[in-house]
Amino acid sequence: MPAAGGTATVEFRQVSYRIGGNLVLDNLSFSIEPGETVVLLGRSGSGKTTALKMVNGLLFPTSGEVRVDGCPTREWDLIALRRGIGYVIQEVGLFPHFTIAQNVGLVPRLEDWPTERIAARSKDLLEQVGLEPQQFLERHPRELSGGQRQRVGVARALAADPRLLLFDEPFGALDPVTRLELQDQFLALRNQLQKTSIFVTHDVREALRLGTRIALLDRGRLEVLATPQEFLQSQGPVTRAFLAVLDNGPPMTAHDRP
Amino acid sequence: MNRPGLFDDILQLTSEHFVLVLVSMAIAAAIGIPLGILLTRRAGLQGWVLGLANVLQTVPSLALFGFLIPIPLIGGIGKRTAIVALVLYALLPILRNTLVGILGVDPAVRESAVAMGMTGRQLLWQVELPLAARTILAGVRVATVTTVGTATIAAAIGGGGLGVFIFRGIASVDTTQILAGAVPAAVLALLSDGGLGWIERRFSAA
Repeated sequence: MPAAGGTATVEFRQVSYRIGGNLVLDNLSFSIEPGETVVLLGRSGSGKTTALKMVNGLLFPTSGEVRVDGCPTREWDLIALRRGIGYVIQEVGLFPHFTIAQNVGLVPRLEDWPTERIAARSKDLLEQVGLEPQQFLERHPRELSGGQRQRVGVARALAADPRLLLFDEPFGALDPVTRLELQDQFLALRNQLQKTSIFVTHDVREALRLGTRIALLDRGRLEVLATPQEFLQSQGPVTRAFLAVLDNGPPMTAHDRP
Repeated sequence: MNRPGLFDDILQLTSEHFVLVLVSMAIAAAIGIPLGILLTRRAGLQGWVLGLANVLQTVPSLALFGFLIPIPLIGGIGKRTAIVALVLYALLPILRNTLVGILGVDPAVRESAVAMGMTGRQLLWQVELPLAARTILAGVRVATVTTVGTATIAAAIGGGGLGVFIFRGIASVDTTQILAGAVPAAVLALLSDGGLGWIERRFSAA
């Protein structure tokens, strides 16, 4: 089993996922190199969240396999696998009965870190995500705004220095200004930490901004896997449909109309 | 006072009543809460077990006491049979509230806990039970208040408690005797409702 710290590789090998009569993922194959941020882009129902949940063993392929650091998820000790992977979701999922300090320190506590080290780590992490520790450590999630909660969500995911980070539309429920701030924070953290990340979104601007590569999923199939520059040149119909969003300039106001 | 010793009798039967309720509730909680937790893990059993508990609750209480008397080991005349009947009655609200409380935990919170590498036991003790505690306690409170009332029927099968006054009063058409049983029972119900309600509110952290 690979040691903690460092950063991970992820490989999808002919992954299909079927539920009921529905083929959610159809023969997905691609790999993610250490330090990359791969954005899974797609419309609702394209299978991007399903693919993400296969990486930390919340779901398993019905055929094929997902390998993390060369080992199929089915053969991993799932508790060890998950503790090495940070996970951030749109609903945040902070524990409402824990303080912010307890939320952020959860995985270190599960891993039996000494108390002083957990306290120091929580403080550092809040600073890293742009929250003043003195002001936030002892508060409860319900006292925070949506943007602040998601910052705590990111801090919690980073707590035990995971090798890999998974983001499932983390900024999808935030107002546009807050979303932009958190995207900037994400980029700053990525440049600083150099962690392998997988980021799910349906927002093509977010994908172009954050990804080192973009994987476009359509009805469970991998349509395109390309760098943002290549993606902008891509001529496939599904890609064009996403890029069409960018062509629309600022909306006209009633005043501008002829 | 025209009835010397009545006060002593009230004290004695009230404490007997209290013990009857306490023992029954302890057993009902010890069965109902773990069984409720088990049911959250076995969705297929939920309908069956809740159905059975529902049916038990619909049996008129006096009849339930009667049904138990001929059953060997748990039956017969006396406190043991009374406790078995009271436990069966108290089970449903505790069971149902445990189930509802745990299933009511925000799915995003549960998913986060699992994705962060909590074991099943850690998920239960650190997340599900603390978040469900208020609902579970509300079930215990409802069951307790009901049991204080139902326990008066225990006297009909020799279980003792404040029902002794009530049955004696009915038989001798003596309102004082009926009140000597009914008033302390009502006070006991109010006190347990208030006390458990206070504990419940202290779990309002979430």
